[in-house]
Amino acid sequence: MVEIIILLILLLLGYVFGRMAEKRHYRSIIQREKLYRDVILIASKHPPPELIDQQSILMTGSVVVSVDYFKRFIAGLRNLFGGRVSSYETLLDRARREAILRLKEQAFRKGSRMLVNIKLETASISKGRKNTIGSVEILAYATAFYPTQIP
Amino acid sequence: MLISNLEVIPGKQVVKHLGLVQGSTVRAKHVGRDLMAGLKNVFGGELKGYTELLQESREEAVERMQEQAQAIGANAILNVRFSTSSVAQGAAEIFAYGTAVIME
Repeated sequence: MVEIIILLILLLLGYVFGRMAEKRHYRSIIQREKLYRDVILIASKHPPPELIDQQSILMTGSVVVSVDYFKRFIAGLRNLFGGRVSSYETLLDRARREAILRLKEQAFRKGSRMLVNIKLETASISKGRKNTIGSVEILAYATAFYPTQIP
Repeated sequence: MLISNLEVIPGKQVVKHLGLVQGSTVRAKHVGRDLMAGLKNVFGGELKGYTELLQESREEAVERMQEQAQAIGANAILNVRFSTSSVAQGAAEIFAYGTAVIME
């Protein structure tokens, strides 16, 4: 009986705080994406020729996120029926956008407006119970080009 | 030293290829951070401690790679890649590798 109550409390906490955090995070992501729209990301490994007299430097942006208790529970149920696990989809989407934003912010501060050859990588840092995903690291890295004049 | 994940840097020419250089570090998280992470597992959200920890380790891996490149007389590392893997419960390996070259 006590166990069921604890489980329900954990689920409730996860649901309430997880949802709040997610909403807040999405708001901040959308706002910052507008702010850094000038910084262009290119996935190609050949930089455009106009960058020929610019300096370049390797930059990284990373984030480690954890899934909340409610989402993990829902994902566990999903395992029974199969299908899309949308609770994990939004988590990874958020993390990836956050990592790219951090990369852009760093480049912006350096005076760079163009990032070339962006690579994204996902690694699960710690496994939860029964080998479910506990926390995930997303790493984004790219070469930033910046004009020599700007200090 | 120029470090880049491109294969060709515009306007610069590679004079000599010196081969693969690599740097890696295995880091464990301390108990305090683990405790916080346990809490976050209920509420969800970013694990700032881990983000910092991995960022630090990545810098260290790049530094080690750079030392290796300097030792063989390179002045640039091209085509750098990162990889992360959890080797044991609570420890992660950060690995960076690239091609050491001499540029004009």
